[in-house]
Amino acid sequence: MRQQDRGMNPYVAGTLAGLVLTLSVLVAGKFFGASTSYVRSAGLVEQVVAPAHVEQSSYFMKYLAKDPGIDWQWMFVLGIFFGAFLASNATDSFRWTDLPDSWRDRFGPSRIKRFGTAFAGGALALFGARLADGCPSGHGLSGVAQLSVSGLVAMACFFAGGLITARILFSGRKS
Amino acid sequence: MTLMFGLFTGILFGWLLQRARVLRYDKQLGALRLRDMTILKFMLSAILAASVGVHLLADVGLAELSIKGTALGAQILGGLLFGVGWALLGYCPGTSWGALGEGRFDALWGILGGWFGAALYAEAYPAMETSVLTWGNLGKLTLPGMLGVSHWLVIAALALGCFALFRLFERKGL
Repeated sequence: MRQQDRGMNPYVAGTLAGLVLTLSVLVAGKFFGASTSYVRSAGLVEQVVAPAHVEQSSYFMKYLAKDPGIDWQWMFVLGIFFGAFLASNATDSFRWTDLPDSWRDRFGPSRIKRFGTAFAGGALALFGARLADGCPSGHGLSGVAQLSVSGLVAMACFFAGGLITARILFSGRKS
Repeated sequence: MTLMFGLFTGILFGWLLQRARVLRYDKQLGALRLRDMTILKFMLSAILAASVGVHLLADVGLAELSIKGTALGAQILGGLLFGVGWALLGYCPGTSWGALGEGRFDALWGILGGWFGAALYAEAYPAMETSVLTWGNLGKLTLPGMLGVSHWLVIAALALGCFALFRLFERKGL
């Protein structure tokens, strides 16, 4: 097992990712995005519990009326999971971890605290992404690459919100 | 077929995200705390390469652009809210799945939270539709369209800006 995963140069990996996006647009006509898949998953889960309620929701039906819920993007996001799984196993960098290092240094070893914050953060992020009509993939990568104003505005606000929150969370910390 | 392409594209993207080491809470918060710019290097390189790629494809008629409408109210409020959630979670909606794929178990709670947030949004949508979502709707704007110049000029300016930023990152060792 390697002690330190040196990884790939981020400029090279990023450029390759941009080429993968170009290829995806050429072959499948699809731009990257991730947050719509969460609406589909949430709708599919809710359909099991309260099918009538989902049927009445105009927002869920925007996505679930056209197909059974699994679309290109849903598979793309699942692919990210497998891609990371394969890459980390191929390079011996797979690790089971539940507390990120800088989190533990700042907030201690409580798992409940970390999982609760992650859950709340995920909920806020997805609510915001759906309101903004995209996340760093849809607005950031695909949107800015197409030089769209919506992508630039959203990206600037993602970072503004994130910078302020990170500053509050880690205030007074040197490392 | 489209579904298989989606899976395949995702695997390639996930592989690159993992190798660039951007699927990490420490890297994401590192960027938001202005200490480690790995994710910005990755993201801006990807944006630059893709901007050249997709505009070339569009110019020769092999692909169509897909521009999202500009809705200032929704994008500013939603964007800021996303940013707050992002800093709390330390992963984005796409990278959460990648992080889980390399064994970061806390990302699973982010994904579950994301489903919950999406479900909440579906409940709030009827009210949003008549309020926030109507504020500042400007249609499908692009930067070259607004400036009335060729998209290649804007891409060149974007490239210069990114290279200047990259130089700064490397000089400061970020």
